[in-house]
Amino acid sequence: MSRPIKISLTRRYRFAASHRLHRPNFSDDENQRIYGKCSSPYGHGHNYSLEVTVSGAVDPATGMVANLGDLDPFVEREVVEAFDHKYLNEEVQEFVEDVPTAENICREIHRRLKTFPAARLERVRLEETSKNSFEFDGEVGGREQRAP
Amino acid sequence: MIRVTRKIEFSAAHFYHNPNFSAEENRRVFGKCNNPHGHGHNYVLEVTVAGEPDPATGMVLDLKELKDILQREVGERMDHRHLNYEVPELAGQIPTCENIAAVIWRLLEPKIARGKLDRVRLYESPDLFADCTAESNGSRG
Repeated sequence: MSRPIKISLTRRYRFAASHRLHRPNFSDDENQRIYGKCSSPYGHGHNYSLEVTVSGAVDPATGMVANLGDLDPFVEREVVEAFDHKYLNEEVQEFVEDVPTAENICREIHRRLKTFPAARLERVRLEETSKNSFEFDGEVGGREQRAP
Repeated sequence: MIRVTRKIEFSAAHFYHNPNFSAEENRRVFGKCNNPHGHGHNYVLEVTVAGEPDPATGMVLDLKELKDILQREVGERMDHRHLNYEVPELAGQIPTCENIAAVIWRLLEPKIARGKLDRVRLYESPDLFADCTAESNGSRG
């Protein structure tokens, strides 16, 4: 028995950036309690590793879901150039407005990449360190959403 | 349901070339990968089988059996081969990560006797991989 198949392609990118987890509407105590070390005033940084997954029909002429010749410059332009060696809190407008947790960075990357014209953006997966990773597929809420 | 994953590595040569494209088009679409002398990769294949463990053995399937299937179906076919010339299942296709993953899926699917083939993940390098899954798995990668 042979089932119809689905193909996706995942490419890894890297950027290094600094950030600070801090909300101006929280008190110092609250910032310290919620964000701990990550709230330290001068910021700190990570080597982020980003996996971008796209899916779609494999073009028989190229054998590809997406040509890396298209995907790489798109991700470089939309994300890597904007985030690499930057202080996210001050140099990326979205994080001037909202705290740059890995969750929020994941969502922002997804927002920037979902317009990729040549294939469907399936998910983004962000490793903040080798011990923490975060994924976003664009779905908000879902079955396991907790009551507010 | 439990998912069991087994890994196998193989090294192979390939290049990308579409005979219906002009030389200029081949270079533009495939870049360095169009070099007719070919180049190679250390491929890493992760094969995932999903199923319920057999109560008698506690196993979804015998991993030794899966290892032998991977060796026979993939290792012997592709390891130290030129994918453009030596793998009949890829004949007429550009041997991209996507196409190789799909060929491996079709080779393995009928051979899995217990559980169901859930995912074929083929790494061409640590920074690039293709996943092949059953369409009914929806958006699950």
